[in-house]
Amino acid sequence: MQADALFFWILAPLLVVSAFAVIVAKNPVHSVLFLILSFVCAAGLFLLMGAEFLAMILVVVYVGAVAVLFLFVVMLLDVDFARLRQGFVEYLPQGLLIALVVAIELIYVVSGLGRSQQAAAAATPEGMLSNTAALGEVLYTRYFYFFQAAGMILLTAMIGAIVLTLHHKPGVKRQDIGAQVARNPETAVEVRKVRSRAGI
Amino acid sequence: MGIGLANYLTLAAIVFTIGIAGIILNHKNIIIILMSVELILLAVNINLVAFSTYSGDLTGQAFALFILTVAAAEAAIGLAILVAYYRNRGSIAVEDINSLKG
Repeated sequence: MQADALFFWILAPLLVVSAFAVIVAKNPVHSVLFLILSFVCAAGLFLLMGAEFLAMILVVVYVGAVAVLFLFVVMLLDVDFARLRQGFVEYLPQGLLIALVVAIELIYVVSGLGRSQQAAAAATPEGMLSNTAALGEVLYTRYFYFFQAAGMILLTAMIGAIVLTLHHKPGVKRQDIGAQVARNPETAVEVRKVRSRAGI
Repeated sequence: MGIGLANYLTLAAIVFTIGIAGIILNHKNIIIILMSVELILLAVNINLVAFSTYSGDLTGQAFALFILTVAAAEAAIGLAILVAYYRNRGSIAVEDINSLKG
């Protein structure tokens, strides 16, 4: 057995098991941790397929940012998760039925497709260029406007998330730079005539 | 037995199905629903990268990158809405979210 087959048969079952554990875990913190495990497995599979840049991005963005964000939210919100799990068993037959139908459809499509392409080369197509350089060549030329649009989406998401979650507590003294800059000698300085030996 | 396109597509199909089942089974817990959506997008990414590799075209990987971007934005906005909603109502149960009477 070649090395890539060996690693595929290690990573793929692990991905399926951890994805399954995400949806059935009782504790949402465990769900997030299994989600991280499935992302790491997927990153390994991306490496097997030769998509090194995407594999690293998956680890950095998902495990480093998105999963940690999930973990923070799960831990910060004080939620009665037992109540949220009510109806899990009740909806089990319907859920499994729909899942089964989707799975049969997908596998039917896949099984008719893969026969002729088993021997396709898995090497980087662009000759000597590494995967990251080749991806950059495509991304910054043909898909430049898509790339800009992706940047705009991220900016929108960032501003939206800040606007949604930022709230000022009343009664906290803050620096108001506008008010500071708007001061002039008339409002800032008060001149008083002080009589001698009287004080103010 | 060699690893081909069909192996990756089957794997992506299974993960996609698990994501769908997760949305239906955990229909009260919106955090698990968001995680299931992430799983579905991961399955889509596996599909795109597999097609990209086995057809020798990098377009699939470029679009997988865009999907990754959109998924990150979606997770950030979704969780921000969740936090804002919890702050206002003190609950994130899906059945309590009915202010719009939709």
